[in-house]
Amino acid sequence: MLTDLTIAQAKAGLEAKQFSALELTEAHLHGIDTLNPRLNAFLTVTAEAAREQAKAADAAIGRGDIRALTGIPLAIKDLFCTQGVRTTAASRILDSFVPPYESTVTANLLADGAVFVGKTNLDEFAMGSSNMTSAFGPVENPWKRRQDQNAILVPGGSSGGSAAAVAARLAMGATGTDTGGSIRQPASFCGLVGVKPSYGRCSRWGVVAFASSLDHPGPFARTVEDSAILLGSMASHDPKDSTSADRPVPDYRAACRRGVAGLRIGIPREYRVDGMSAEIEALWQQGIDWLRAAGAEIVDVSLPHTKYGLATYYIVAPAEASSNLARYDGVRYGLRRDGAELSDMYGNTRAAGFGTEVQRRILIGTYVLSAGYYDAYYLRAQKVRALILRDFTEAFAQVDALLTPTAPSAAFAQGEKMDDPVQMYLNDLFTVGANLAGVPASSVPAGLDSNGLPLGLQIVGRPFDEETVFAVSAEIERAAGFSALPAIRAGV
Amino acid sequence: MALDPTTIRRIATLARIQVDDDRLEPLSQELNGILGWIAQLNEVDVDGVEPLTGGAQMAMKMRDDAVTDGGYPDKILANAPDRNGAFFAVPKVVE
Repeated sequence: MLTDLTIAQAKAGLEAKQFSALELTEAHLHGIDTLNPRLNAFLTVTAEAAREQAKAADAAIGRGDIRALTGIPLAIKDLFCTQGVRTTAASRILDSFVPPYESTVTANLLADGAVFVGKTNLDEFAMGSSNMTSAFGPVENPWKRRQDQNAILVPGGSSGGSAAAVAARLAMGATGTDTGGSIRQPASFCGLVGVKPSYGRCSRWGVVAFASSLDHPGPFARTVEDSAILLGSMASHDPKDSTSADRPVPDYRAACRRGVAGLRIGIPREYRVDGMSAEIEALWQQGIDWLRAAGAEIVDVSLPHTKYGLATYYIVAPAEASSNLARYDGVRYGLRRDGAELSDMYGNTRAAGFGTEVQRRILIGTYVLSAGYYDAYYLRAQKVRALILRDFTEAFAQVDALLTPTAPSAAFAQGEKMDDPVQMYLNDLFTVGANLAGVPASSVPAGLDSNGLPLGLQIVGRPFDEETVFAVSAEIERAAGFSALPAIRAGV
Repeated sequence: MALDPTTIRRIATLARIQVDDDRLEPLSQELNGILGWIAQLNEVDVDGVEPLTGGAQMAMKMRDDAVTDGGYPDKILANAPDRNGAFFAVPKVVE
């Protein structure tokens, strides 16, 4: 099956002319036709444009112009602006928005020859951990519980559609964004590799903003090497993003082959939380044993402010969101609901256009930034954030990378954890620290739980040292030999 | 610092989100639940700690204060809900 190939295999096959880029794209479009009505992973399918891009890729291959992603079908989270293609952020307020420009990350992928099959579903404005807050309906996780095939599981979030699409073989890779865990948690839930690079590594220009100091574009793929190929293409210095890093992009694919011999791997003791499931704890220990067997030195480290990460995040992220989302006022683009006066038009538009979770976060953010509460909430959170960064800096003086679980559980069912917002927020317990500190982190599928659902391990690295993250990720992948497949996938 | 319905009404006005009266009470419960959980940050000793604005491990760059883009009002206005010539149109603000 062409849809089962990795990106690295497909590149080799295209180069050897074993199949054409058009055939490869058609195979994925056929999978989308068959499965997307059920999975709801794509909000927009760009079949005709994809065929044109694939034909152009075949012509390029014919003349020997083969780039990093020539002819590779990818899915794009519907938070990346794509020129001439509707971009919704899974919100009613952007229902009909058609960007007149292309985000830097997607422009980089197109310049490298990629084929875009469509735009993927997500939690509204990337606010969620289940894809349940999308204004266009939830996404079904292609994985099934062994004992309960009828339960519909969530793919995680916020990049749930991207994760479901890659897991179900509807695309070979995908873009995501990670503000508190929105790439790594869905990667863990869907048996994929997900990478959140360092802050500044991938441009945020043209990515619909949620929390600007925490938003990180990054890739999903089915192997570590594929994720390295994708990040190598997505990353660049971009003068249009003032926080974009002006440093060369290393050869990430080569870093996957470095091995871990001699590396010092930190195990943060504060991540061993009360009530951690025995399965997660056993998998974590397994990962430790694998790395030790491969020649790494295991070191206990302390990140003392770990337990305050989520509370810090739930001040900083809503504060930034309330500011970023002020632009949706019914004037320049998106939905408008009329009112007698201008202020009524604003209020009506935002009430009709934003969903419950988005409104909740805007209100929290407005409150923590408001006069009289700014110091008590926002300023205090920024100081705790500094302490969290200091924890990482001190740990990385002792070790080269950290190994932790990615998420506190495997994928849960639609409707679970919906009653109390704080219960849903706890999904990001292990991932949020890397966003607050801006350090690179990945999730790699490492095993299955007793229901046959995938579980990921997280690798966290020093700022701008994605190469070590890839090296350790590749070793976990090699040792785990993860070969389980989701029940729902193209070609089955 | 519990949020009562009056404070919710004030915040909603600041945020320009129209909230119906029957939503004020449930919203105040939800938001108080979140703020109560966030209150754990009060345990942390932050004396003398400089606040951290962002995760960027680098100094911000200066750039020339120059126009580098623009000159296409039709592209800018293409997504406007209402326009009048080369302008965005809104309900009357000044009588």
